[in-house]
Amino acid sequence: MHKEAAIREPLILGHKSYHDVTEDVCRSIEDKAPRMWYILFGIALIIGIYGVGCIAYLLGTGIGVWGLNKTIGWAWDITNFVWWVGIGHAGTLISAVLLLFRQKWRMAINRSAEAMTIFAVFMAGTFPLIHMGRLWVGYWTMPIPNQFGSLWVNFNSPLLWDVFAISTYLSVSLVFWYIGLIPDFATIRDRAKRPIPKRMYSMLAFGWSGRAKNWNRFELVSLVLAGVATPLVFSVHSIVSFDFATSVIPGWHTTIFPPYFVAGAVFSGFAMVQTLMLVMRKAMGLEAYIHVRHVEYMNIVIMVTGSIVGVAYLTELFVSWYSGVEYEQYAFINRATGPYWWAYWSMMTCNVISPQLMWIRPLRRSLVFTFIISIVVNIGMWFERYVIIVTSLHRDYLPSSWTMHFPSHIDLGVYVGTIGLFFVFFLLFARFFPVLALNEVKTILKSSGESYKNAPSHGHDDHGHSSHGHVEDNTNSNNQ
Amino acid sequence: MAEKVIYAMYDDDDVLKDGAKLLVAKGVKVSDVFSPFPIHGIDPIIGVKQTRLGIVAFLFAITGTLLATYGMRFFMIEDWPMNIGGKPNGTYLDNMLAFVPITFEFTVMCAAHGMAITYLLRNKTLPGMPAQNPDPRTSDDKFVIELKHSENSQFTEEELLSMLKQTGIIEIDQKEIN
Repeated sequence: MHKEAAIREPLILGHKSYHDVTEDVCRSIEDKAPRMWYILFGIALIIGIYGVGCIAYLLGTGIGVWGLNKTIGWAWDITNFVWWVGIGHAGTLISAVLLLFRQKWRMAINRSAEAMTIFAVFMAGTFPLIHMGRLWVGYWTMPIPNQFGSLWVNFNSPLLWDVFAISTYLSVSLVFWYIGLIPDFATIRDRAKRPIPKRMYSMLAFGWSGRAKNWNRFELVSLVLAGVATPLVFSVHSIVSFDFATSVIPGWHTTIFPPYFVAGAVFSGFAMVQTLMLVMRKAMGLEAYIHVRHVEYMNIVIMVTGSIVGVAYLTELFVSWYSGVEYEQYAFINRATGPYWWAYWSMMTCNVISPQLMWIRPLRRSLVFTFIISIVVNIGMWFERYVIIVTSLHRDYLPSSWTMHFPSHIDLGVYVGTIGLFFVFFLLFARFFPVLALNEVKTILKSSGESYKNAPSHGHDDHGHSSHGHVEDNTNSNNQ
Repeated sequence: MAEKVIYAMYDDDDVLKDGAKLLVAKGVKVSDVFSPFPIHGIDPIIGVKQTRLGIVAFLFAITGTLLATYGMRFFMIEDWPMNIGGKPNGTYLDNMLAFVPITFEFTVMCAAHGMAITYLLRNKTLPGMPAQNPDPRTSDDKFVIELKHSENSQFTEEELLSMLKQTGIIEIDQKEIN
C-alpha cells in the first residue's frame, strides 16, 4: 500500500470512514438544493440567456455588430476564445499530469476541475463558431467530401490545427471525465430511493458492478488516458498560440509563444479552479476533503506558472529590442506606453506581481487571500490576451489606418453571457453529479486520512489517531 | 443455467485481501471480488490477469497516425495540391512538418476513443445495462467475495462456509444466478 510520511498533513481531515465519504459527497445530490443554489442558478441563467440573445442578434445581423473594424479584424472574440481555452487547461492538467506524477491531492479536486474544463472549452468553442457569422456552415471546417470541386480544408493552416486540437481536447476530456464518473454514478444509483433518480443514475452508471476485472481495466484505462492527455494538454495551447505565432504581425511573430501560452493557460486555469473550489467546499460542506493543503499546492502551481509567464513577458521585451527590428520594437513600446498602456500595466500587475506574493507562506495558506488573487489572476490573463491581440493589430504598418478598438454592447453581452452559461453548467454539475471522485478518494483514505494515518495499525480503528505533528488547520479534526 | 454462488461480505479491503489469500492457499477458487474502489494487490491473489487494453490503445493510436498521414497526403498532395507562395509542396515529405500537429491530435483522438469504447464493451458497461453487484452496499463501503460451487466442487458447502467464516466476514449470502 502507498505510504505517506508521518509529518505530512493528511489529505482527508477528521475521522472519516468509507461510508462517511459516500455520505458527504452524496448528501448534496440527495438533499434538496439550498436556496442559495436557486438564487445563483437564476442569476447565471438570466445572464446566460442574455448572452444567447446577443448571439442570436449577432447571427441575424452579421458580425458587424461587434466592435471590429478594418484594421482590427480580431479582438474581443478571439480574446475570449483564448481566455476560455486557457481556463480549460487546468482540469486535464490536474487529472492527467498529476496522475502521472502520482500526486494524491489531485483526487479531491480533479472531478470538478475537469467539469470546469469541459464547460470552459464549450464556451471557448462558441467564439470561433459565431465568428464564422454563418454558424450553420460550421461543419465546413471538417475535411468532408464535397461538391466544390472536392475542395479540402487547408491542412497547412494553424486555424485548422486548432479545429482538430480543440475538438480532440474536448472529446478526450469528456471521455476521461465520464469514465471516472461511471463508478460514482453506480454509488449514487445503489443509494437512490426515489424511482426517477434511480432510473436516471442507472442509465448514467452504465450497469457498473465494480468487479475486480472492471477495476483492473479501469486503472489501466485511467493511466493510458492520462498518458495521452498529458501531451494533448500541452499541444492544445501550443496550437492556439500558433494562430498568432505563425503570422507576420509584430508582437505575434514570436517563437516563445507556445511555452508562454501553455504556462499562462495553466496559470489561469488553476486560478479559476481556486475561485470555484473555495466557494464549493464551503457551500457543499467538503472542508474535510479540500482544505488548506490542497489550496497551498495549487497556489504553488500558480506561483510557478505565474513566474514563467513573468519571465516570458520580460523575454519578449528583451528580444524585441535585441532583434533590431524597428516594427517589433515599436509594437512593444506601443504596448507599454501607447493608448492601451492601462491594459498592459493591468496585465503586468495582475500576472507578474500578484503571484509572487505566494512566496509568503501565510499568504498562500490564507483562503481569503487566495480567493482574491485567483480573481485578480483571471482578470490579468484576460488582459494578457487583449493586449497581445489588440495592441499588435491596432497600429499596423500603415499609420493612416491606425485606429482603436472599442467593444460594442454585443461584444460585452456575448462575453458576459458565456460566463453566465458556464456557471449554469457548473451549478447543474454541482447539483446532480458527484463533485468528488468518490472511488479515488476512498483509495487514499487509509494512507492519507487523518484517522488512519499514523494510527498504530491500520484496520477499523476509528479512534486510533493521535501523536502526529500538530498543524494549524486541524481545527475540524473532530467533526465526525 | 442456474448456478449456486456464495457471497461473503467484508467491511475492510485489507481484511478481504488477507481472507482471499487464505482461501486461495487452501485451494478455493475465488471467482470474483466486488468493491467500491480498486483494491490494490487483489488481482494476482484471485488470478485476474492484467488487462490488454494498453495494447488496444496502441493499435488504435497507430491506426490514427496512419489514417491522418494517408488522409493529409491525399487531400493536400494528391487531390488538390496547394501552391502557397511557390513553396515546395510536391511531395508529402516537403510538407510533412505542417502535418505534424494534426497527425498527433488525430493519433490521440483515435487512441483515447478507441480504447474507451473497447473498455466499455469489454466491461459490458453500456447505457441501460443492469447492475450486477450482489449488494447495493458494494458501491459504498462493503467488499464482497464471490465463490461458485461449480468451481469449488472438491469442497462441500459446509466446508466453504466454515473456511469463509474464519476470514473476518461480516455477512454471508447464497444465491442462485443465471
